[in-house]
Parts: sequence; structure tokens; C-alpha cells
Amino acid sequence: MVNELREAAGKLLDDGKVDLVIGWAKGSLPLASTPVFISSSDEADQLVFDSTCGNNLTVYFTKDNKKISRDRKKVGIFVKGCDSRSLVLNITEKQLKREDVTIIGVPCSGVIDTRKVRRKAEGREVLEYSQDGDTVTIKGKEFELSVPLEELLSNACLSCLRKDAEEYDLFIGEPRKFSGESDPYSDIEEYENLSADERWERMNEEYSKCIRCYACRNVCPSCYCNVCFVDQNDPQWIGKTPEITDTMIFHIIRNLHIAGRCVECGACERACPMDIRLLYLNRKVAKEVRERFGSDTGTDLDQKPAMADFREDENQDFIMG
Amino acid sequence: MSEWQPKILAILCNWCSYAGADLAGVSRMQYPPNVRVVRIPCSGRVDPLMILKGLQSGFDGVLVSGCHPGDCHYISGNFVARRRFAVLKPLLEFVGVEPDRVQFSWISAGEGERFAQVVTKVTEDIRKIGPAKRLVKGA
Ligand code: SF4
Ligand code: SF4
Ligand code: FES
Repeated sequence: MVNELREAAGKLLDDGKVDLVIGWAKGSLPLASTPVFISSSDEADQLVFDSTCGNNLTVYFTKDNKKISRDRKKVGIFVKGCDSRSLVLNITEKQLKREDVTIIGVPCSGVIDTRKVRRKAEGREVLEYSQDGDTVTIKGKEFELSVPLEELLSNACLSCLRKDAEEYDLFIGEPRKFSGESDPYSDIEEYENLSADERWERMNEEYSKCIRCYACRNVCPSCYCNVCFVDQNDPQWIGKTPEITDTMIFHIIRNLHIAGRCVECGACERACPMDIRLLYLNRKVAKEVRERFGSDTGTDLDQKPAMADFREDENQDFIMG
Repeated sequence: MSEWQPKILAILCNWCSYAGADLAGVSRMQYPPNVRVVRIPCSGRVDPLMILKGLQSGFDGVLVSGCHPGDCHYISGNFVARRRFAVLKPLLEFVGVEPDRVQFSWISAGEGERFAQVVTKVTEDIRKIGPAKRLVKGA
């Protein structure tokens, strides 16, 4: 597959269809590949794709990163299923034009959460990571482990129903269709069934770890305001301290800002240095949006984002009678 | 020490609910004195941050009210607001905030009586669940 991927990128560049390809390359550490920007076909052999390619590259079309794609007319980008939904969302929000981007889908079988790998290694340093089908081999000094990929996958991938891009110009291999059978939100339902006290306790435990580094926001392709609400000082609506109510309010509001816009790619959770299970809130919001407004983020180029839309006769059972 | 009284923030849209509150006042209707009213142009102007900031800084409950669907002065402000509240409410419950802490209603300029009823109901609900502790700074 890697060869096909490199060839495809090289050909697009040689044919002048694009003048930049954004993809992933092997990183300097074994567990994380790194984003790479390829502008000529002889650099294309840097490209890779495997379960360490967790970055949602659509972020390079947003925020300050826009300058990377702005100076070039035509950009090619490699996408997993979730990344492609981010791209579609950003197109519907007029952050970029569909015709300016060449979308290359890659078959995704999930990306790893490096913390799960480290846990398996029990604190020993991982020096080598390789994958063969559904089995992963981790090597370090004086140890070698073979683990099913499933056990290392990012939480976001465990509940993902659309693993492959549905909007693309080119696909490496055969894209799989939407697997709509299973209930992706069973864990959220379980959580809803806990008592309010317990939910509050658990949220406190999780979010009290937050150090307000904003890595979660920075990696998110849906978070692209020029001035984020947390950076506004005048008037200052939100406390910037890691005190628990300030932190919780930050996360609640961030989740409302990405309501109907989060594609559940899990990039935020993987980026968090404090190992916070961020997706609980994201997915609760996504579940509400899906159930109430019937919209599935980033799957339709003609759909307005849910929170910018409405129907007059909508359910309003939460409003006092 | 005197008995605890709930302190409630009421965020009311200028064209309907605020006028409804005004009507309740000029008609000398009785309702609990626990609400502090903030007037905003439209329910569509309500940023959920206002609601959370209210709780964080010591209000025991928040009521947000706008024009009835179809009656918004800006046509669709309350429709957009409704979607926002539809997500905010379950999200707050999800983190463990009591369901009655934050409530929403539609009150028109002619519904002074309804305003009095809503405020009475919200005050009673919040009296029942007691002082706010969650998301309250320093609690
Ligand atoms: S909030 Fe997290 S999961 Fe959702 S789109 Fe942003 S990075 Fe992806
Ligand atoms: S990345 Fe983690 S620690 Fe940093 S602001 Fe987000 S949740 Fe908090
Ligand atoms: S003006 Fe009352 S809700 Fe818009």
C-alpha cells in the first residue's frame, strides 16, 4: 500500500494537478509518525501510512496553518475516514474550496493511542513498533511483545463507523462503506445511567488533571476561530486557571463550540498530555446532535452544520411547558 | 441566621420575555423576589458561557426566556437558541449538574401572568434541590 500511496502522490505532483501533498512520514520516535509536506515527486518516498498516523491533517487548512495551503493553488491531502469528514465540514463552512483540494483516501484500520502502547510495555521504553495485519509487535531493550491491534487502538477508533473517506478524488485500495449496524454510543449510555453524583465525581477526577495547555484545541481542525474564547481578555468571560470550575467550563464551552462540528477523530484526546478521556463529552454532544437533529457531521457537502440550522417544528421537550 | 434563599439569574429577551416581566410588574402580580433579571436583545444572543458564568459566580439557578417560536423579533433567533439549549441542557446533566438548575421557557410580552408562574415554578424547583455547589467557584 505504501508504494501505491507514494506513486499516487508523485503522479499528482508530476502531472501538475497539485503543487503540495500533505501526508504522514515516519517520525523520529517509533510510536508517532509526523505530518509531512511534499512538493516534488522525488520526496514522495517519505510518505507512509499505518496505525501511527493519528494526526488529522485537515488542521493544515485552518488557523495559522492556513498559510501552508494558502500560497499554493492546489493541495493534495491524505485522509482517513475521520480526516475526510473534517475536510468536508471545513468545506461546508467555507474554509476552503472543494475544487482546490485533491482528496486521497487511505484505508484505515484505526490508529493507536501511544499511552495504551506504553501501558503494555509497562514503562519500558519502546524502540520499535511494527504492524502485520491485526497484530502489532513492540520491541525494546530486552523485551518483545506481540499485541492485537484492537487493544492499542485510540478510543475514537473503537467506536468509528466510517473508517474510510466517502468524499475523495482518489482512493488507495478499496474504500469500505458506512457500517451503520452497531450502536456507537453504548459507552455514553452506560455513563448516562450512573448517578449524578458519580458522574460529577468522575468528571472532576478527569478534568482536574487539565493544565490548560490547549493542545486539544490546537490539533482540532474544527477549532479555528482567529481569537479563541479562552484567549479573549477584554471582557474576560472565562477563568484561565487550572481551577476545576474554570477548567470544566472551558471544556463544556469548547464542546458546545464544536457541537455538530466534531467528527470524533480523537486527535484531541491523543494530543492531551494529561491523558484526559476527552471524548466522553465530545461524544455525548455528538450523540445529542445526531439524535435530535439527525445530522452526521462531515458526511454531506450540501448540509449546513447542525448548530447553524434549525427546523421550526423541532422537539422542545426540554423547554418549560 | 436567616433561611437560605435561592438566587436566580433570569436572562430575558428584550422584545417578549422582558416585556412579559414588565407587564407582571405593572400589573402588580406577586412572584418570588429571587430573580435578578438581565435583559438581552434576543434569546439568540445567549452565549452558554453567560449561563455557566452565572452558576460559577454564585447563582443557584438560571432561567433563560425568549419569544415563542415564530415570534422572535429577529425571526429565527430563538430557533437557533433552541438548538443550543437542546445540547447544553443534556450536556450539563451529563457532567452531573442537576437538571432543574438551568431552565428555558418562552414568554410573550402579553404573558405577565405566565412570567409570574414560571418564576414561581423555577424558584420552587431550585429551593427543592438546594444551593448550587457544582461549577460554583470556591464551593
Ligand atoms: S474535538 Fe477532538 S475529536 Fe472532535 S474534531 Fe476536534 S480533535 Fe477531532
Ligand atoms: S490537551 Fe489536555 S491538558 Fe491540555 S488543555 Fe486540552 S484537556 Fe487540558
Ligand atoms: S427577540 Fe425574543 S427571542 Fe429573539
